[in-house]
Amino acid sequence: MNRNRLNWRAVRAVAARDLTIVRRSKNVLLPIILVPLLLLVIIPGAIGFLGSSMDVGSDIEDLERFLTMMPEPMKAQFEQYTENQTMVVFILVYTFAPMFLILPMMTASSIAAGSFAGEKERKTMEALLYTPTTDLELMTGKMLSAWIPAILVTLVGFVLYSVVVNVSAWQTMGRIFFPNAMWVVLILWLAPAAAGLGLGTMVLVSSKVNTYQDAYQLGAMVVLPVILLILGQIGGVIYLNVAFVLGAGLLLWIVDAAILWFAVKTFRRSEIIARL
Amino acid sequence: MTRNDVIIRTENLTRHFGDVVAVQDLTLDVRAGEVFGFLGHNGAGKTTTVRLLNGILGATSGTVEVLGLNPLTDGPALRRRTGVLTETPSLDDRLTANETLTIYGRLYGVDRGRLRTRVADLLGQFDLLDRCDALVGGFSRGMRQRLALARALLHDPEVIFLDEPTAGLDPVGRREVHDLITELSRSGGRTIFMCTHDLAEAQKLCGRVGVMGEGNLVALGTLEELAHSLQKGVRLEIELDEQPGPAVLDPQTESPTATSPMAALTWDEATHTAGAWLPTRASIPDLIDNLVASGARIYGVRRQEPSLEDVYFALHDSREGIPPEGDAHSGGEA
Repeated sequence: MNRNRLNWRAVRAVAARDLTIVRRSKNVLLPIILVPLLLLVIIPGAIGFLGSSMDVGSDIEDLERFLTMMPEPMKAQFEQYTENQTMVVFILVYTFAPMFLILPMMTASSIAAGSFAGEKERKTMEALLYTPTTDLELMTGKMLSAWIPAILVTLVGFVLYSVVVNVSAWQTMGRIFFPNAMWVVLILWLAPAAAGLGLGTMVLVSSKVNTYQDAYQLGAMVVLPVILLILGQIGGVIYLNVAFVLGAGLLLWIVDAAILWFAVKTFRRSEIIARL
Repeated sequence: MTRNDVIIRTENLTRHFGDVVAVQDLTLDVRAGEVFGFLGHNGAGKTTTVRLLNGILGATSGTVEVLGLNPLTDGPALRRRTGVLTETPSLDDRLTANETLTIYGRLYGVDRGRLRTRVADLLGQFDLLDRCDALVGGFSRGMRQRLALARALLHDPEVIFLDEPTAGLDPVGRREVHDLITELSRSGGRTIFMCTHDLAEAQKLCGRVGVMGEGNLVALGTLEELAHSLQKGVRLEIELDEQPGPAVLDPQTESPTATSPMAALTWDEATHTAGAWLPTRASIPDLIDNLVASGARIYGVRRQEPSLEDVYFALHDSREGIPPEGDAHSGGEA
């Protein structure tokens, strides 16, 4: 067998093993289900419904002052909307967008923490290292077991979110207003890259720590750039349009590739076994 | 590969972890079809050696060859032909026994068409069939050990590394594992490399043993070779009607009944048995003559070969600088 060729049967076996374990791990599974439910269904649903009953009248000056800080293209877009519609679109289309970066990052890093550091903690890694799988096959299988659920959660969350915001804000908007082109690019291009960043960071962090908790806490720092994105957007510095999302996605994929390259170089069973 | 071909060969194999020496200058041959015992206390370097031999750990220096392959550069090809039972079973609680074996079967490259039958056979052989769909988290220690052993044998490996194979097993389970090891070696022609603390187990199963101490191989050979190298002599047990007189007992006396300085007799009142360490088997008739001459009535004489335990502790004592005491570790009758 060509030693540089991946044995996909072995890769799938590693991924299937880790996915089965994730399916049966409440501490990993619960946040993956509950957090999206709260962030993508309950909160946006409430905002959509409130949008129709809200009296913006007294706050109209505040809203107008706030909108003057926004980038010109966004202001131009909002000219077609009533005050209530502006509020709904600003919150549900723009403010919630970064949630779809946090979600895949969090899902991927949570599973990867269990798959890499957690496995060291549970002392279940050694038998895996004695199999004929190569280091690359082992790592690829483990990474896929974290990346695939992250993408699935994002896609399912996106479908749910699309239904929830259109239904809940129907009275205000009177038409299907979501998703727009920026969101499609965000979900198909930027979110998978965000999942890759969460995953890659966790693989590197896991090589230095020995417990799931340590890995999860350290790896959580990866959401900091997304927090900056949210602040930049609220401050009117960043306008999430197709071009920005494409550019941010490209940057993130390059960072992912660099992390992946480094992870492949450092993921050595001899290093792992020496730390067990 | 035929019997007596060298399967495992190391030369000056050394592994350091920073300043800690895990294995130092290990030179060793293991032949095809033999059950080789690898003995030593915790931290002596046994598990590190198994890791080096399977290519999951690189050596600091020295050479190693298993089945004609370099474990570090040909690791995947080698591990397809070796099976390892790790010291801790290394099983995930959230998989069932069936899932565990099926997944590892795929990882070991067991043929798709054969995998299901192979898994069922092993679950049956290790008495796990009725719990095959239960999560491993609910298994007893013995069941885990049996499942881990089944996993190590999934792909019919040519060389099997067993790290404490009977740890946690009840006497029946231990006997079954012992029978399996014997069967694998005799009929299956497998080479077994067994790390163990259990000296009786090693004596029962192993043709040759290597004894590790602080990362060094302190002894290597058959039990007889090791006993000879330690010059433990011959142990004799003599059943008498009463305790022999002082002339026989006192090795320092100039009395004609004295046999040799090594023939200091001990006496066990409960069994009416005198024990002695003699330098060679040629001394046996002299001692018997002396006893008869002193009027002792002899009901039985048993020559005992030194056990692996005798040899192991003698090695341990010599490394600790404790002078040999003949039968110091040979049992309660002494």
